[in-house]
Amino acid sequence: MSNQLEQVLKKQQEQQRGPQEGEIEEVVQLVGFMVGDEEFAVPILSIQEIIKPIEYTRTPKTPPYVLGVFNLRGSVLPLIDLRMKFGLSKSKENEDTRYMVIKHNDEVAGFVIDRLTQATRIKESAIDPAPETLSDEQNLIYGVGKQRDKLISILNVEALLKRDF
Amino acid sequence: MDEFQEILEDFLVEAFEMIEQLDNDLIELENSPEDLDLLNRIFRVAHTIKGSSSFLNFDILTHLTHHMEDVLNKARKGELTITPDIMDVVLESTDKMKSILEHIKETGSDEGSVDVSPTVKRLEAVLNGGEASEPEPVAQEPEPEPEEEEKDLSEMSEEEVEAEIERLLAQRQEEDRKRREAKKAAEAAGEKPQESDEKDLSEMSEEEVEAEIERLLAQRQEEDRKKREAKKKAQEEQKAKEQSAAAAKKEESKKAAAKPAPKERKATVEQTIRVDVKRLDDLMNLIGELVLGKNRLLKIYDDVEERYEGEQFLEELNQVVSSVSLVTTDLQIAVMKTRMLPIGKVFNKFPRMVRDLSRELHKEIELVISGEETELDKSIVEEIGDPLVHIIRNSCDHGIETPEERVAKGKPPKGTVELKAYNEGNHIIIEIVDDGKGLDADMLKTKALEKGLISEKEADQMSDKEAFMLIFKPGFSTAAQVTNVSGRGVGMDVVRSNIEKLNGIIEIDSEVDKGTTLKLKIPLTLAIIQSLLVSVQEEYYAIPLASVLETVRITPDEIQSVEGRSVLRLRDEVLSLVHLADLFDVERVFSMGEHAYVVIIGIAETKIGVIVDSLVGQEEVVIKSLGEYLKGIEGIAGATIRGDGRVTLIVDVGAIMDMAKNVKSSMQNLEESAEKAEKSSPADYNVLIVDDSNTDRAIMRRALEPLGVTITEATNGVEALNLMKDGSKTFDAALVDIEMPRMDGYTLASEIRKFNKFKNVPLIAVTSRTSRSDRMRGVEVGMTEYITKPYTPEYLMNVVARNINLNVEHAV
Repeated sequence: MSNQLEQVLKKQQEQQRGPQEGEIEEVVQLVGFMVGDEEFAVPILSIQEIIKPIEYTRTPKTPPYVLGVFNLRGSVLPLIDLRMKFGLSKSKENEDTRYMVIKHNDEVAGFVIDRLTQATRIKESAIDPAPETLSDEQNLIYGVGKQRDKLISILNVEALLKRDF
Repeated sequence: MDEFQEILEDFLVEAFEMIEQLDNDLIELENSPEDLDLLNRIFRVAHTIKGSSSFLNFDILTHLTHHMEDVLNKARKGELTITPDIMDVVLESTDKMKSILEHIKETGSDEGSVDVSPTVKRLEAVLNGGEASEPEPVAQEPEPEPEEEEKDLSEMSEEEVEAEIERLLAQRQEEDRKRREAKKAAEAAGEKPQESDEKDLSEMSEEEVEAEIERLLAQRQEEDRKKREAKKKAQEEQKAKEQSAAAAKKEESKKAAAKPAPKERKATVEQTIRVDVKRLDDLMNLIGELVLGKNRLLKIYDDVEERYEGEQFLEELNQVVSSVSLVTTDLQIAVMKTRMLPIGKVFNKFPRMVRDLSRELHKEIELVISGEETELDKSIVEEIGDPLVHIIRNSCDHGIETPEERVAKGKPPKGTVELKAYNEGNHIIIEIVDDGKGLDADMLKTKALEKGLISEKEADQMSDKEAFMLIFKPGFSTAAQVTNVSGRGVGMDVVRSNIEKLNGIIEIDSEVDKGTTLKLKIPLTLAIIQSLLVSVQEEYYAIPLASVLETVRITPDEIQSVEGRSVLRLRDEVLSLVHLADLFDVERVFSMGEHAYVVIIGIAETKIGVIVDSLVGQEEVVIKSLGEYLKGIEGIAGATIRGDGRVTLIVDVGAIMDMAKNVKSSMQNLEESAEKAEKSSPADYNVLIVDDSNTDRAIMRRALEPLGVTITEATNGVEALNLMKDGSKTFDAALVDIEMPRMDGYTLASEIRKFNKFKNVPLIAVTSRTSRSDRMRGVEVGMTEYITKPYTPEYLMNVVARNINLNVEHAV
């Protein structure tokens, strides 16, 4: 009896431990946000900070989606409107608007997003590469994360921060 | 092995410094081969490096320097005359030495660095050819044992003794012991400590110190006391060393070397200190932040002063602000000074370069350097080297003629290239003057035409000085032949972009057969610059003050049009104009006011006028990079953070001068579009009502109803301002309440008046504030009328109608 009980307990423990360990290795933490009507996400580790909109200075001779530069505690960072980058109309600032400061290696830039949604954990295995039809030359989409009730496009941070003009 | 690492680093720093000096000394030596002082100095360098490298087990380096030393030693003793050929070998070995040292710097060992054997063979040949009867130096192979010995001893001896020792290898051991005994005796007696001092320490430390000591006898006495203590220690160790086995010897000596070395350093610590450049850079960045803070403080003080005029605390605040600002400026200058290096650091490599070039090109060229003590920021010193190399190479290759040509022209066969540096205000000027064949403006134009770099028309209009500047165009090379030295079509345009990167200016002047003068004007520092802040519409830009020649205030009708381009006649000169708004595609929300300002910017011989809406002032700005993403935007050199925390872009003067050529003025179009649409009915008039109270807005609305005008409402200043700026409606008048949340009526009025377009829009204050000072303030900020509550609807209606020139009878 006690043997059986022990075995059951052991099994339970193994079960508990097993997937947990796997999770640590494979899970990606993402921050989701809205741009237009679509939900996107970027890995949480690539986000330096998220701030409320502040004043920025327009930069001439840049594509329209580069709104300008702004002062983040003494450093001058570019500000990029993701809506315009994705071919939508210019963002209209409201109280949900945020600047998401994204960092990759030494490159840092602020991105205007319409609204934050949530932080999610998603298994690496649940991320499919971007479908052929979606992937363009810029390679902005890293993959599509499948969640129970929806799909979420995960952005390729490196490509986002790559200058393409 | 930290101790070893430390010694190694010291060795490298010292060795590089000495080699730099060595190059120059060798060139000088070639000119005066009999100069014994010079020879001695050169010999000592070779000797010191040999000593240190054998000590650090760099066998290849030791091998090389050992042979160099032998040759030099022979020359020193007059057994060998330095000929150019011998000099070539010696210079070659110096180069090898440099590359070995570089290798050591990178890998920490000299293994596999360079193959020195050919050079060594040549050195040996020189040695044998010069005087065969002296077999000893050749025999003296760089075995570690004798080297090691010599190391210990040579340190202890004077220069002459040292030389002797080499010849008296056999006697050395003996002498050594004797001397040591003598020293001990001397020390016990406490007399004449000088010689013994040097024995222990000087060799371990800088060779220079040794030379200096002679001059600094007075200082020495004091140092002696310190050293004597150190010496005692070292001596004990040396004794132990003698007793120990040969293998152990090395280890010991290392220790002995390591210990006294820091002590010796102590004596020099007071004068200089080596600091990691990164620390200075960090410090400079911090100062930059501080300057920004200072600017901000000044701005806040201005605001506060305006608001609390005459208050007691202002005086105190003023004192604090000015002292902070003063100290910040001083601090900035002090830190800048620590980063300053004499430009001689760069100039040093040129005598050697010119010598090699003249041999290669079979020309006789003399390089005259002056002002090498002029100081520049380190980062600039590093950047300036390459452009100067190009320029000097060019001068030697294209400028100076062959001796035959020169003689034919009645010039001395030997050409001169002068390299001068001096300060001028906040700039340093570097001049490169040659007395060669000069530049032929017509030839340059023809060449540029051939290569399609300029049009025929441009060529006709070009002044000589502008033609000279053609050599800086990419793809332009005047060399008929491509030589090893230059003429590959790269070079001078790189020079120009490098100099412009440093915010520098190039001027060029030349006369055929007389020579060419190139003048580089470079700011003393890169990080912080003086700038002129200008505004265009709602945007601000900073123009580096160094490139601003003057500013002029003009009225729009002073701008003339020539071939579709705007020009300005200024004191007999016709200046082409460009509007900054056109350059940077600034949205033209507002029309030009009565006046505009022209900032005249210039690089070298070209200047243009840049039209701006207003001049904001002069400000010290800290240049910040825009980062990789926005790097190289046309016309923008960087950004800075202003006192109010906003980012202001810094204009790249060189680039906008290029851009100006392709920009068409939109000034005329603007005038046309500014024409107002005809108003046919009262409903075409737009009146803005700004009040936070719903009731008040309703009352005003009702009062204006009979007029039949279109009414727009806003609940506070910010909203009203946005509505006006929006541009979707043009308002003919605004009724403004004074007390409102977010932005009050006064602020709103002054904000509105800032824009040219709204200069004449009637602003009617409607308020219950009735005091005289309130009315005064209203007038000051630009209110047209002042209506106090309560009022009759008719009165309000009449005031509005009058202000928008609407006939009331007609309307009613």
